Amino acid sequence: MNILTLLVLIPVLTMIGVLFTKDYKGARLVSAIGMGVELIATVYLVLAYLAARKTGMMHEMLFTSDFMWYPSLNIHFSFGVDGIAVAMIGLTSIVIFAGIFASWELQFLTKEFFVSLILLVTAVYGFFISLDLFTMLLFYELALIPMYLLIGLWGTGPKEKSAMKLTLMLMAGSALIIVGILGLYYNSAPGGGPLTFNIIEISKINIPVAAQRFFFPFAFVGFGILGALFPFHTWSPDGHASAPTAVSMLHAGVLMKLGGYGCFRVAMFLMPQAAQEMAWIFIILTTISVVYGAFSAIWQTDLKFINAYSSVSHCGLVIFALLMMNETAMDGAILQMISHGLMTALFFALIGMIYGRTHTRDIREMGGLMKVIPFLAVVYMIAGFASLGLPGLSGFVAEMTVFVGSFQHQDMFHRVVTVIVCSSIVITAVYILKVVGIILLGPLKDQHHAHLEDAKWYEKLSTVTLVLAVAAIGIAPLWLSDTIVASLKPIVTRLATVIPF
Amino acid sequence: MDLGQFILMRHELLLTVAALAILVAEIFTSEKNKSKIINFTLVLFALVTFIGFIPGETGNLFGGSFQSSQLTVFMKNILNLAVLIVFLQAEGWLRKPENADKISEYFVLTLSTLIGMNFMISAGDFLIFYIGLETATIPIAGLAAFDKYKSQSAEAGIKLILSSALSSGILLFGLSMIYGATGSIYFADIATKIQPNALIALGFVFFVSGMGFKISLVPFHFWTADVYEGAPINVTSYLSVVSKGAAAFIFTIVLFTVFKNIVEMWKPMIYTLAVITMTIGNLFAMRQNNIKRFLAFSSIAQAGFILLGILGAGELGMTAIVYFVLVYVFTNLGAFGVVAAIHNASGVETISGYNGLYKTNPKLGLLMTISLFSLAGIPPIAGFFGKFFLFTAAAGSGYYILVLIAVLNATISLYYYLLVIKAIFIEKNEHPIPEFRSSNAMRIALVLCIAGVFIIGFASGIFEYIRSISQLFLN
Repeated sequence: MNILTLLVLIPVLTMIGVLFTKDYKGARLVSAIGMGVELIATVYLVLAYLAARKTGMMHEMLFTSDFMWYPSLNIHFSFGVDGIAVAMIGLTSIVIFAGIFASWELQFLTKEFFVSLILLVTAVYGFFISLDLFTMLLFYELALIPMYLLIGLWGTGPKEKSAMKLTLMLMAGSALIIVGILGLYYNSAPGGGPLTFNIIEISKINIPVAAQRFFFPFAFVGFGILGALFPFHTWSPDGHASAPTAVSMLHAGVLMKLGGYGCFRVAMFLMPQAAQEMAWIFIILTTISVVYGAFSAIWQTDLKFINAYSSVSHCGLVIFALLMMNETAMDGAILQMISHGLMTALFFALIGMIYGRTHTRDIREMGGLMKVIPFLAVVYMIAGFASLGLPGLSGFVAEMTVFVGSFQHQDMFHRVVTVIVCSSIVITAVYILKVVGIILLGPLKDQHHAHLEDAKWYEKLSTVTLVLAVAAIGIAPLWLSDTIVASLKPIVTRLATVIPF
Repeated sequence: MDLGQFILMRHELLLTVAALAILVAEIFTSEKNKSKIINFTLVLFALVTFIGFIPGETGNLFGGSFQSSQLTVFMKNILNLAVLIVFLQAEGWLRKPENADKISEYFVLTLSTLIGMNFMISAGDFLIFYIGLETATIPIAGLAAFDKYKSQSAEAGIKLILSSALSSGILLFGLSMIYGATGSIYFADIATKIQPNALIALGFVFFVSGMGFKISLVPFHFWTADVYEGAPINVTSYLSVVSKGAAAFIFTIVLFTVFKNIVEMWKPMIYTLAVITMTIGNLFAMRQNNIKRFLAFSSIAQAGFILLGILGAGELGMTAIVYFVLVYVFTNLGAFGVVAAIHNASGVETISGYNGLYKTNPKLGLLMTISLFSLAGIPPIAGFFGKFFLFTAAAGSGYYILVLIAVLNATISLYYYLLVIKAIFIEKNEHPIPEFRSSNAMRIALVLCIAGVFIIGFASGIFEYIRSISQLFLN
């Protein structure tokens, strides 16, 4: 059986398994086993992929399989992965594995929780392996919809409102994507012949430029909404703050990457001329995202809001780097996606654990936690350091690559925005260090916090998995970077056919 | 004429026989055993539905007045299937003591309207078309006023008959103009003789207005919400699914065959109707608390989506519409089935009354959620495919802006569907609807709906079949 089919099949079987469990212990056990197996399958996929590349398989996509679905519309089940997709799948598997353990103690409608969570993840896997725009859209929307119940039922704070806002904004994004996809479909055979939804086939022809100009904004903004593109990022702080721990982890860690991934795989890759022409508009918007997100994070007092705004800033950097359209910057963008996915998941996991103990997320009510819960505090600091780009951790590698890449442009515009965006490193350092200083260091602020229990085994497992991944990318980024760059070549070549400005 | 040719009318004949058989059975059952008619009808109608699916000849009768093709047969089968599900859902309601003396009336009235719809679908001239229309409309007024001692139900009946009469009159007026301009009532003749002139334009506007009443397009929708709310739920579901589905079929057939040569004239009109129908339907659906009114307005919005398929003229448009109605039958009947089951058990009819439903009746809550997601067009449920193909059809004719308006409307519609889902899952309630077990017939109906909703999208063969028979029909 094709390894990619297996990746979708394992979560589906896990869901069915969870349905047959009796109590919350059974449900979490089955989920953990299922996602553990999924993680092993992912490792196998990574190794198999690297081995296949080493033997000199030069196809753009590997492990492809193709089944006809709707013959008269030429819709296929078409699967395949390149280095970028493999990296994203790896990220997904790590985050969901950690996420299951982060929600180990959840006892309210546990079965329903894990089924929705795993349904969401199934759709994410489906999205990353799809080569057909139709199935891609199908999985994309399927990934968005469980969020409503996940936030609405298990969330905190103004959860109904946040859930509604998030779902509607993201579905509006997918509405734009539908228009973009239909536009691509009907322009996929300018010289006659059958129309197609297949990404690889469309990438081999040139969509008429007039059509590109019309449909590029739809596709790009549609995916951009999920990537927290300014000014469509407002769902993110509310949604992430209200969501339960595992959902915040998965949503900020993985789902937001669907947006960035879609932006380049669908919008930019398939409509390169329009991408070149309009890049400047979106570069300005993402520059605002990056700086504004970071500044907003400084003024927040709720831990989740701080991290949510920081996500807006970091995800803005992803799209910013993609729009630079050279190999280094785009490599940095993918690295940033993975790096941010891991560390934001780690942050949300830690915030959930701290909240579970202190029952507050307000930084003004906490202090001196380092002495009480040293394990969690240290991990929090590591996550913080990764976020502000300390060398040796993943954040540094990603951001460095992005800035080096974007500074390669010779013209004034790109240089200026790069400098502006670089300033976010400093701002990030401000809010990260501020939070660390307030809640972890100093004297104990609230005496009720004096006897908190440190991390339990499942919490350690959850966080250590993520920390290891963050550190691994920071220490040995090359093998990941090489895989990505090899797969970026066709995309960059296509984008480079037209010189901007 | 060879009598054997009457086999072409097998759907209509079978339904007539079934309706008469029910009347005869009514005579031969004693007062005590009236409820046995329900079982009798269910079995009989299941048989009729099954026979309908047996492939048979197609062709024309009465010199082209009655036309039967694989597509019309398939449309009739969809309607039969829908009515079968409605009957199964109505079983529990009909067994209530207050309905004991009018069981057969329900079945006979419903079947007569169905016969009318079948004739409309097969009509080859405007005379048969109009007779079918009247047969399909008048008995529905009786159905809407079924709970005649409830003022709301009586009001619904009167409202329906008055607005139907008006709309039929308008439609007839339009037809007379078209006759005046072309000198024929035969579809085939009109199609060749029609010219885009002022008289035809006026006749067409009247025709569309009349049909607009039946499909409840904005601005001809005012009767919908009141009638849907007043009529008993099993009549509402019939009105909203079968009656509207049939009207959509007929509207499409007439536009695609009779008026195909003046496409450029009617496209802007349908475009405008589509935009306002989707938007107004959605805006009103948001504000409803009565679940029947809510579904009424949501079905108005859905009718707006159907118009997208009409704009995507050609076989893809036709296919998308038939497919969408097929999906809509299972989806909407799933939702109405849950509403009916809950109403039978507890009398609750408001959305706020559904608060906390998932705690007490998780299966029904889940069914409702899936049906509503399907109505909203969420994958991988059938509704997603239905909507996507309509969008594809419209985009195929270059209406990208209309598609954009439609997808944004689909997003807005998600808002109010989520409100119901929120009531079911999230809202707290001191006194939720108590746990209950619905009747077996209702269970079968709901299982049919849910199976349909899950299977239709993945079984691409259904879409391909519809496409092939649409191709045959239009060429």
